[in-house]
Amino acid sequence: MRGPRGGGTRRVNYQFRWSVLWTGESGQWLLSGLITTLELSAVAWLIAIILGIASGSLRTVRFWPLRTVATFYVEFFRNVPLLVWMFFWYFAVPPLLPDGVQQWLFANGLEFWAAVCALGVYSGARFSEVLRSGIQSIPRTQLEASVASGLTTFQAYRYVILPVALRIIIPPGTNESLNLLKNSSVALTISVAELTFQTRQIETYTAKAIEALTAGTLIYLVLCVSLASIMSWVERRTAIPGLIVGGRQRR
Amino acid sequence: MLDLDVIWRNLPFLMLQGFLGIGNFVGGTLRLAIPSIILGFLLGIFIGIARLAPQWWIRMPATVYVEFFRGVPLVMVIFWMWFVMPIVLKTSIPEFGVALTAFVVFEAAYLGEIVRAGIQSVPRGQVEAARALGLGAAQSMRWVVLPQALKNMIPSLVTQFIVLFKDTSLASIIGFMDLTKAAQVVNNREIRPFPLYLFIAVVYWICTYSMSRYARYLEKRIGPA
Repeated sequence: MRGPRGGGTRRVNYQFRWSVLWTGESGQWLLSGLITTLELSAVAWLIAIILGIASGSLRTVRFWPLRTVATFYVEFFRNVPLLVWMFFWYFAVPPLLPDGVQQWLFANGLEFWAAVCALGVYSGARFSEVLRSGIQSIPRTQLEASVASGLTTFQAYRYVILPVALRIIIPPGTNESLNLLKNSSVALTISVAELTFQTRQIETYTAKAIEALTAGTLIYLVLCVSLASIMSWVERRTAIPGLIVGGRQRR
Repeated sequence: MLDLDVIWRNLPFLMLQGFLGIGNFVGGTLRLAIPSIILGFLLGIFIGIARLAPQWWIRMPATVYVEFFRGVPLVMVIFWMWFVMPIVLKTSIPEFGVALTAFVVFEAAYLGEIVRAGIQSVPRGQVEAARALGLGAAQSMRWVVLPQALKNMIPSLVTQFIVLFKDTSLASIIGFMDLTKAAQVVNNREIRPFPLYLFIAVVYWICTYSMSRYARYLEKRIGPA
């Protein structure tokens, strides 16, 4: 990528021109970048939540083969940089897929779906850890009582353990969701036209780095702050009186 | 599919240049990660202490700093440094300097929060006792509070160091020749993405996983006394 290096020393003073943000196509670019970031994050979030709930639950079951598979998934995907996963899903996985799938991907934005997979699978492993600690903070007797009253282990998780655990993990889960949103910026490396990518594009076209970066940064900040406040509203709405407080105090 | 030969052929470049930073290019994952961790932690200690300062004019800037950097993607911070440092310093900065500054500034916000939580976990009586014995505010922080706080922080600190270690891969987007960039360069020549990216994933994994095992070991050995 082009940068301020290479041109030798620049002794010219920087001239601010904030109007680049609302003249030309900048506004359109930022908006489309914002939409892509939201789409990418939303789809990846869904995948991450599904994978996280599945593997996080499996890591707490008694049956060791399932636990081992889940542990392997979490420890491997969580401990490798997201950037490496981006390249992996973008460059290494498509050639292994059947022809029909490849053609569909090339026609429908391969880089977007590669980024979705990379971000979803990576964040799923991180969600899994959050959920596991949530489940482990619920007394084991809850599970034993449910099984004793005739529920299968699956039913016990579905109707007793998970509804409580998911409520307990709303604050750390929000943190992870915000991390997912911020991590979606790594998708620019495989040329997904998300917010950071569009910020760079404005800089490329106008050579006004500070203005472009300020706009992008402010959008991220507003996104993060508003998501955090929505989630704290959700936390209050879904709270079970007494139960959650009890769950916290036990720690 | 799994062509191990390509890794073997490029192993010196990947490991020496990409991982350690010995070679013709400015690079090296470890060469970036180690100073980032040390300097980021030092800055983090100051920010953590500043967050707890009784004076609002020290506390507030530190709070704004932490909240700002926790709300912005690291990629954005790297680009900020990349474009703004040459403008402010009026000279060109090598990729290493840009990446190091970005990581230290960014991670210090997260490490600062850990330090703050660690300091808050030290019982108030410890400070009072230290002050009663005649130590100054700085002295009691340095000799009484911080050593105990550090012990409590170790697990979350190591977790954050692991995050930082993984984040150094992002230095490759400004052209720093780290392990990820080295794999990219080799892949451009060899077109063997599957074994190459899997290989560097395993290298990263070995480093981070051993760090997290060590953290678990420390947690068990030190424990909540």
